[in-house]
Amino acid sequence: MSGGDQTAKRKDPESIYRNVIHEKFKPSIDRNLCIKCKRCVKECSFGALEWDDDGIRYKGNCVACQRCVATCPAKAIDIVHLPTQYPPHASYTERVRQAITAQATSGGVLLSSCGTDMPYGMIFDDLILDSAQVTNPSIDPLREEVETRTYVGRRTGKITLSSDGYITGSEVTNPIVAMEMPLMIGHISLGAVSYNTQLALLQAAKNLHILAGSGEGGLHSDFFPFAENVISEVASGRFGVTADYLQRTAAVEIKIGQGAKPGVGGHLPGEKVTELISSSRRIPLGTDALSPYPHHDIYSIEDLQQLIAALKESTEHRVPVGVKIAAVHNVGAIASGVVRAGADFITLDGFRGGTGSSPRVIRDHAGLPIEVATAVVDKRLTAEGLRNRITLIAGGSIRSSADMIKVIALGADVASVCTSALIAMGCQVCQSCHRGVCAWGITTQRPDLVSRLDPAIGAARVTRLYTAWNEELKEVLGAMGIDAVESLVGNRDRLRYFGPNPKIAEVMGVKHVGEGWG
Amino acid sequence: MRKGYDNEDEFDRREDLPLLPSFGAQRPPGLQYMMGGCGIAGTIDVNGGKIPGSTITSMLTTMRERENGLGAGYSAYGLFPKEYKDHYCMQFFFDDEDSRIAAEEYLKDRGEIVREGSVPTKRVRSMRPPFPSVWRYFFDPQPRSKMFVLRDQTPDECIVDIVLGINGTIPGAMCVSSGKDMAVFKGNGYSYEIAEHYDLERYQASMWLSHSRFPTNSPGWWAGAHPISLLDWSVCHNGEITSYGVNRKLVEMNGYRLSLLTDTEVVTYLWDLLVRRHNLPPQVAAFALAPQYYSQIERMDERSRKLAEQIRMTYKEAFLNGPFSILVGRSRPDITLIAMADRKKLRPLLFGRSMDGSRYYAVSEESAVRVVEEQATTWVGNPGSPMIAQVGKGLMRKGTEAPFEGVFR
Ligand code: SF4
Ligand code: SF4
Repeated sequence: MSGGDQTAKRKDPESIYRNVIHEKFKPSIDRNLCIKCKRCVKECSFGALEWDDDGIRYKGNCVACQRCVATCPAKAIDIVHLPTQYPPHASYTERVRQAITAQATSGGVLLSSCGTDMPYGMIFDDLILDSAQVTNPSIDPLREEVETRTYVGRRTGKITLSSDGYITGSEVTNPIVAMEMPLMIGHISLGAVSYNTQLALLQAAKNLHILAGSGEGGLHSDFFPFAENVISEVASGRFGVTADYLQRTAAVEIKIGQGAKPGVGGHLPGEKVTELISSSRRIPLGTDALSPYPHHDIYSIEDLQQLIAALKESTEHRVPVGVKIAAVHNVGAIASGVVRAGADFITLDGFRGGTGSSPRVIRDHAGLPIEVATAVVDKRLTAEGLRNRITLIAGGSIRSSADMIKVIALGADVASVCTSALIAMGCQVCQSCHRGVCAWGITTQRPDLVSRLDPAIGAARVTRLYTAWNEELKEVLGAMGIDAVESLVGNRDRLRYFGPNPKIAEVMGVKHVGEGWG
Repeated sequence: MRKGYDNEDEFDRREDLPLLPSFGAQRPPGLQYMMGGCGIAGTIDVNGGKIPGSTITSMLTTMRERENGLGAGYSAYGLFPKEYKDHYCMQFFFDDEDSRIAAEEYLKDRGEIVREGSVPTKRVRSMRPPFPSVWRYFFDPQPRSKMFVLRDQTPDECIVDIVLGINGTIPGAMCVSSGKDMAVFKGNGYSYEIAEHYDLERYQASMWLSHSRFPTNSPGWWAGAHPISLLDWSVCHNGEITSYGVNRKLVEMNGYRLSLLTDTEVVTYLWDLLVRRHNLPPQVAAFALAPQYYSQIERMDERSRKLAEQIRMTYKEAFLNGPFSILVGRSRPDITLIAMADRKKLRPLLFGRSMDGSRYYAVSEESAVRVVEEQATTWVGNPGSPMIAQVGKGLMRKGTEAPFEGVFR
């Protein structure tokens, strides 16, 4: 054999490597049903379909977002999961090999969106609710009142009355916000989502008398009429944070971390920074909006205390100021420090929480499930005598009313929900938000796509979803013989663990199934 | 022995089932929480006159459907002579000598025992052992004692420390009552057996509370019987609190250590917290335990509404959800009876007044009033609204007033 380069020369020598990352899905079009209207070609914002003389041809890249299926007038399309088989290997799974191949090709950090899709298992699904039998009556919410009003803000733990019956303590001056259900719309920023999407969410919050998070993008002046229903976020990038913005909203939240990417700052790809986003975030058009990973004025708990105090001053103590932290291993101690630093509420974000864009390695491998984090924080704050001073909001993978009820019983006052609200408006959890071309008009800034979501319809759908969840909460409370939701908060006695790892139950302070109390 | 049963068959039918085990001061192994239905009866002489123990015994034992022999008890207020009135009367159950000696050492390290002795008891043949020994100490705490972690607490705080300390750390010892001019007599048995065991006929008191128990599934436990008492508070409770996990957190956050595993213990500590420590008028505390609905609060006048909303926010962990009716007694500043039901009124509670207006009653069943006074007038209160009667002041609330009547001046 002679020496030298023996590589066969090809035009695109690496294509063979890329080609082994094969498609997971494929639209299958029934040619007998297709009326050749070409609508699917237009609807697919990922460019997966094209018109090819006498029929629709699949080009590749399908993310299974179901947009073509939903819009095809002939119901001719099904998305199929492709059966292509890798050589089986239990450790080097398809997922692992695809990631390696993709990275060897791009040389970069892999991005992803939505919450992690790793099969960790949901602890929520291992928890079972209690109900009342014989010794106490259950309550029928259709005939009797079951209350779900919930307050967000700091509490004093004590009322001081003067001899003539007036409250003299600081409890009268502490700002507090009432919501009609223990449920809020989480922080979803304008930028990550479209104008129409944020409008729909804010309208829903107003209809429901609840709060919605602004996300870290500030508040567009068009949305000032909804400010009473908004928790404004002060994130490390300070995007859009103006006195005007802070003073209008119902509450202010300092975002230290996000469950899907603890320790990592917000990331809005430049393609999404349109004129609209550039004006509300106050950043140049088309630039990536990259928030610093930490707040560069918060390197310790004292610094957080100062920022809390500064925000309270700048809002003239008229609104509660809270802190959002990602659920991480030491979350109990961190939460305790945050309360002592003066926060009026704490938002805990679990590691399965959604994101518009996050490094996949963080999304999939860092943080703590919200179930455990909520229980641990509730226990820690109770042990330190602090739990009745603040409101605890928990979010990050609360998918259903059952999850909401369980997270409340684990210790949260309020459940914060994002992904399910987006699903209500059409999202199919295709996990491609970071690409900015959401076919449902949700996580995109492309005007033709944005217009696909009618804000009025979106708002109505979210309103209906939350209303239904709240009704289901009342049903469950009634069945437990409880007629006000505050009597469920942290009432872990009413949960039992029915899962594979009783140690988790022990850490959460939840009894195992079969354990009664007498 | 079979007092309270006209009919032998009925008595025998009850005895047919296998009996649950019985325990004295020591916590029954594996017991984590007790629940069940109950009968309650209380009476007070607002002129300070004395009511014989036989009166309360008749009132309680007549409600025979409400008990199954697994616990009953009485608390008496205004029963001690002048020379002992102002000392704390600490009554204990001891399972053995060691526990008694340990508890006495504990007390002596923290104050002065003015007088001690065993509480007289009679052997009742129908009752099952064990019989814990019952001791009474008239005691003055010494706030300066270095045994207290916090120095110079009020004497009341010292007593709370001692009670929670002994109950939590000395096996076989349980403090039954610790107030001034009051004492609790309780145990495992039918109401008539307990009355006989303690020979209640020997006592005369200005106020009596009493309780008989129909537990669903827990063993008999002397220390776990009602009334549950701390300082001069004693509470008799018929109900099941569905918010127990939440209420427990509030009292624990405020430094109370639970040892009795009943929701009644939590209710007792809540009264101590809200009224003694937070200095709230009893009707305000009652509102925290059984608040009105927001729909009712919206219809209140402005200052009531503000107070109501603030109570619901600040004391949301004090809200006792689920069915209950309770009798609450205290001896300071004056002997007072507070009686109330939950905000839906899911458990029965009836009030009564004697013909001459000197005695008031609060009971689960009307029969308990009629058995001692055929002619008494009776009425029912509103859900969540307390009836309050006090020695020297008479009836302060009927239980039908607006929630904050008397709070604003
Ligand atoms: S939308 Fe349906 S009917 Fe129209 S071209 Fe596509 S597959 Fe055919
Ligand atoms: S928002 Fe759009 S892009 Fe993101 S997961 Fe949902 S459907 Fe896919």
